[in-house]
Amino acid sequence: MFERVAIVGAGYTPFRPVTPEVSFRELIFEAAVKAYEDAGIRPNDVSTFVSVTEDYVEGTAIADEYVPDQLGAVLKPVHTVTSDGITGLASLVMQLETEQLDVAVIEGHSKASNIDYPAHIEAFALDPIFARPLGFHPRFVAGLEMRAFLEETGNTEEQAAMVVAKNRRAALFNPLAAYPAKLTVDDVMASPPEAEPLKRGDAASLADGAIVLVLARESQLSRVKGRPVFVRGIGWSQDSPNIEERDFYRAAYAQQAAEQAYRMAGIGEPGSEIDFAEVDDTFSYKQLQHLEALGLALPGEAGQMLERGVFDASGRLPVNVSGGNLGCGAAHDASGLRSVLEVVLQLRGTAGERQLPNVKTGLAQSWRGLPTATGGVAVLGVE
Amino acid sequence: MPYKNRVAVVGAGLTKFMRRALETPKELSFEGAKAALDDAGLTIDDIECVVSVTAPEAFDGVHMNGEYIADGAGAWGKPYMRTYVGGGSGVFGLVTGWYHIASGHFDTCLVVAEEKMSPALPHPQGAFNAIYDQFTERPLGVNLLWIFSLEMNRYMQTYGVPMETFARVAQKNKRNGLDHPSAQAGVAGDFEIEDIMASEVMAWPVQRLMVSPISDGGGAMVLVSERFARRLSKPPVWIEGVGWNLDTSYWTNRDLYYPRYVEKAARMAYEMAGISDPKRDIHVAEPYDPFAYKELHHLEGLMLADKGQAPKLLEQGHWDRDTETGIPASPSGGLLGVGNPIAAAGMMKCAEIYWQLQGEAGPRQVKREVRRGLAQAWGDLMQVGTVVVMGK
Repeated sequence: MFERVAIVGAGYTPFRPVTPEVSFRELIFEAAVKAYEDAGIRPNDVSTFVSVTEDYVEGTAIADEYVPDQLGAVLKPVHTVTSDGITGLASLVMQLETEQLDVAVIEGHSKASNIDYPAHIEAFALDPIFARPLGFHPRFVAGLEMRAFLEETGNTEEQAAMVVAKNRRAALFNPLAAYPAKLTVDDVMASPPEAEPLKRGDAASLADGAIVLVLARESQLSRVKGRPVFVRGIGWSQDSPNIEERDFYRAAYAQQAAEQAYRMAGIGEPGSEIDFAEVDDTFSYKQLQHLEALGLALPGEAGQMLERGVFDASGRLPVNVSGGNLGCGAAHDASGLRSVLEVVLQLRGTAGERQLPNVKTGLAQSWRGLPTATGGVAVLGVE
Repeated sequence: MPYKNRVAVVGAGLTKFMRRALETPKELSFEGAKAALDDAGLTIDDIECVVSVTAPEAFDGVHMNGEYIADGAGAWGKPYMRTYVGGGSGVFGLVTGWYHIASGHFDTCLVVAEEKMSPALPHPQGAFNAIYDQFTERPLGVNLLWIFSLEMNRYMQTYGVPMETFARVAQKNKRNGLDHPSAQAGVAGDFEIEDIMASEVMAWPVQRLMVSPISDGGGAMVLVSERFARRLSKPPVWIEGVGWNLDTSYWTNRDLYYPRYVEKAARMAYEMAGISDPKRDIHVAEPYDPFAYKELHHLEGLMLADKGQAPKLLEQGHWDRDTETGIPASPSGGLLGVGNPIAAAGMMKCAEIYWQLQGEAGPRQVKREVRRGLAQAWGDLMQVGTVVVMGK
């Protein structure tokens, strides 16, 4: 039905807590040059560009104004998708499938270290009439959600802490990661409370970085030299924007996006057909909640599966071998692209020390962060 | 080259444009979406995916504004994407909806545009300061009028266009706007050239009656696949071509007399639509007219007039609504005559072309026969062009 679309080039900067030596433009430039080199193209060969960004975190209104030059996209079709990286990727997949455009580029970046008070920005995403005037710290939404999720599913705080210990340890093997650490469950449990039961250790810290991916449709693959990784399925969705209207215990957006992606990829049994997954873990419990929404764990069993080692690098379904957002750092809308990047590197067999053996199908999932219920799912494969 | 899965437009709707709307951005989105669905004879249950467009979030004052208006736009639980190219967003919404359906992924798509500029206090021009480069330009305290005055001056000087010509554009569009039910109070009107020439100078040569107002409003259109369109009783209007293009951020390094990004976007759309001679093949146009000179500037970029010729054609009545041999431009009244809630204003332009092609524009219906029309918007730092060509 659709002409297949493949990711044929990937470029990225390392993720770092602060990057005073470069501007956001220089971050994008570095990632773009590497991506074009990897794909064996020049920017002039690209027919369309997408930038995933949001004005408030850029500190600039109409932030897409400042995208084209460092990306080699001057006088080209360029637009912003104000959503997570995987929704941006979906835009490019659709654009290429119109068969009017041949080669596409997506850019995501974070210069989070420029933001003095990230919570002040997040507060501006709360409903201006019903929620924002209450003046609470936006992280309370995560606290409420974590409480509802744990109570409803029977997963535990310790299991959530184990996600943190596992992911940050995995990041030790990822040169891109900003926050690798050898932590124990007790270390995380002892970290100060932020919005109970959420503790400081449960939350990913922000990082700076940029990622650029090059895509092409199958009939155009002779024009590029990068090894293709096919986008077999992609989905994106959102639950209610009103925090008081959601089922807090479940990630309905991830479930809907996964259904769309699995349908497109022809996947009926995700638990056995997906070889490994990069799942959003901006907060520790989110990884467990997302695994259940994606059908990669039965409801209420994600924590137990984690304890049994199912999600370890050596387990049946390795999850977040990159280190996830907890280990690599959360990078606003570039986080989704970082998940996709890890799946691409693994499927190409170029993930270095953390390379998984015999992987053919991987899943990347993203969440836009507080206070949204928006996210995307991409199923990638080498066949 | 024509694209494979044809996309049809089957409905359009707008709210009234106004200053200081009491409705929230969610409600403006809802009203636009409902009007478009009613026009198409569909309900939200028929819609498979939703696209929304709004321009800078600084206006609504909401971070992740796409999420905020999602339920108003009817997107709850559906694939939903907000895309964005500054002032070009309204027309770009249709481009986004186009690729959702032309890709073969969806059969129906609701495209919703919303803008609420008036919450910005004391005046939205303050928010426009944040569109400039934070190091080299923002500290100068510049706003949007300032950059337009430079561009207008450059265009005037290049071709020796007198101020009266620009006043005539404002006069034409403000008169056309009298027939538009969405027109903002006090914006449309029957002005004499002398009135317009005597209006307050904002940033020379830009004068108050040659600038579109601050507006709030919403609008939406319904796009469907060819397969779905065949099930509906009314013959649709087809999207024949789309184009978009972004120029460099460094506007100071460009010659502002000509919008080359608009030309590039138009060429992309014309090629897709199989149009070799736009002056012959486009029968009605809605060029983006936030400022009077921009309409002429854009008509040249769209290649509907040769470079420097749009002012002369204006004097000959070539762009008038009742022209028989020319190309009616902004028969809706445009932004100068209806109002400029940025993304919703671009949607208004697309809706006008849809209504003109359907013969449903009422008192605004152009005199000449129309089989193909285009809507165009523009934005960012005088940097982006978005074009949609529709045909019967």
